[in-house]
Amino acid sequence: MTKIAAEALIEKSLFILALFSCFVILIILCFIFFEGFPAIQEYGFFKFLFGTIWSPNDGQFGVFDMIIGSLYVTFIALIIAIPLSISCATFMAEVASNKVRNFLKPVVQTLSGIPSVVYGFFGLIILVPFVRSQFGGTGFSIFTAAIILSIMILPTIISVSYDSLRSVPQDYKEASLGLGATNWQTIRRVVFPSALPGIITAIILGMSRAVGETLAVIMVVGNVAKMPSSIFSPARTLTSNIALEMSYATGIHYNALFATAVVLFMLIMLLLVVANYVQRKYSIDIGGGTL
Amino acid sequence: MNFNFISARTSQKIMNSIFVLSGILTLAILAIILADILIKGLPVINMEFIFGQVENQGESGGIFPIIISSLYVTLVSILIATPLGVGAAIYMVEYASNEKLTNIIRFGAETLASIPSIVFGLFGLSFFVIFLNLGWSIFSASLVLAIMAIPTIFQVAEVSLSSVPSIYKEGSYGLGATKWQTIYKVIIPAALPGIVTGVILGMTRSISEAAAVMYAVGSSIIMPISIFDPGRPLPLHLYVLATEGISLPNAFGTAAVLVIIVLVITFLTNYFTEKYQNKMMGK
Repeated sequence: MTKIAAEALIEKSLFILALFSCFVILIILCFIFFEGFPAIQEYGFFKFLFGTIWSPNDGQFGVFDMIIGSLYVTFIALIIAIPLSISCATFMAEVASNKVRNFLKPVVQTLSGIPSVVYGFFGLIILVPFVRSQFGGTGFSIFTAAIILSIMILPTIISVSYDSLRSVPQDYKEASLGLGATNWQTIRRVVFPSALPGIITAIILGMSRAVGETLAVIMVVGNVAKMPSSIFSPARTLTSNIALEMSYATGIHYNALFATAVVLFMLIMLLLVVANYVQRKYSIDIGGGTL
Repeated sequence: MNFNFISARTSQKIMNSIFVLSGILTLAILAIILADILIKGLPVINMEFIFGQVENQGESGGIFPIIISSLYVTLVSILIATPLGVGAAIYMVEYASNEKLTNIIRFGAETLASIPSIVFGLFGLSFFVIFLNLGWSIFSASLVLAIMAIPTIFQVAEVSLSSVPSIYKEGSYGLGATKWQTIYKVIIPAALPGIVTGVILGMTRSISEAAAVMYAVGSSIIMPISIFDPGRPLPLHLYVLATEGISLPNAFGTAAVLVIIVLVITFLTNYFTEKYQNKMMGK
């Protein structure tokens, strides 16, 4: 084989490797939709999406309560995680000395490396009894799951918003400080607005992680397939619905679980599209376009 | 927050303390979780626990087949994912010229990275276990984990390949090397520490994953020998022990082993990253 032919062959093979991810996504989509379709066809799309009764034994497959469960848990987790993580990222990027920053970075990294089952286990052993003794009930609740999720998405939001805060040009800060602004005034009026698209991306990434988390949530949320009445009542999320019932599901029930995954997938895709849109929209508004 | 009613200096002080507190709180969360797992888990760990067979569904005995299952799926998945992730990154950095195409490839990797692990679990069951008839096995689980690790390896390798100074390339071309010779002999060696970091990050994801493999690996507590035997990795064992109330001490022991493995891997990643940065700065 000539050198040129070999080079061309290598380029072609690398091209195929590069397209592999897209190819895999197509197969995943095909299989999930193909397996989920019979349930949607038989039960009806709107009845499936907005039905409030999930009772596989009676042939009832409405996932609305679980959509609410997923969104509820994610929303509360975000309310807890956003202030803490953005303030921690600001501390690391703008306030802390190099020494403190180099100490906190591996801390955040380790938090993101801890397996989700370990978080779930910690929640089951420590948080569930704590919530039970403080707020009554069984301790398995939306609130408990939201605390665990907020801890799990902390490192995602911290590290992405940290990067975005650090990439604000030094000139901007120096100009503000030179005008006599305090460090906090500079952060609030100059650094935050410039870093906003990155911070929003960070929040959406954390959100999609919270919506998709499965086992840690199963272990603390109670898994009752009913509309939650308060923050301290148990609930079931889309992910936990799939993981709990897959081991014994057959027939239309099996298909209904794949259809649940379709709903989950669409929810995540929606978040991803919003994230891309926000990033593009705000990055043009700020000069340079690199922020 | 508007602090017009208090002086700039006071608001500066208040906000500074809030920032410091949030840093301390983040550290405290990690410390509490690690302390709880390690204090209750380490006393359980001894030679018998590490090298013993699982007895009574995990109520007694050790976790040796579980550890082997974990290492098995992690190793096989990384062996599959590394060439795919690194190859894709090389194409993106060195060959791809069409912007539309690179956007599609990058969007593909991003989407793959954001699919929830339980959806991968369903896909593994319906595609690898049933459709390709690979059965509940280490191999099926490894394939699922490999797909999940590809975007991580791809993204880190791409950054590291693209940060190789172009002067290296030009030097190689100047000596008459072809494109692939340049990539193979100059660019990959220069980017290697970064690529290794990506591979290690992919490993962390593989070793800590339970939801994606729970319907592909078969959950057997017998030692897996062949790649087509079923097994049960550490996170799945921990999940079963904890949720079925089999044994709390053994659950803590398993959690501690898992956490220690992840801590060691994180330490290694930092070591390689630092080495890489020093090299890039010419130290």
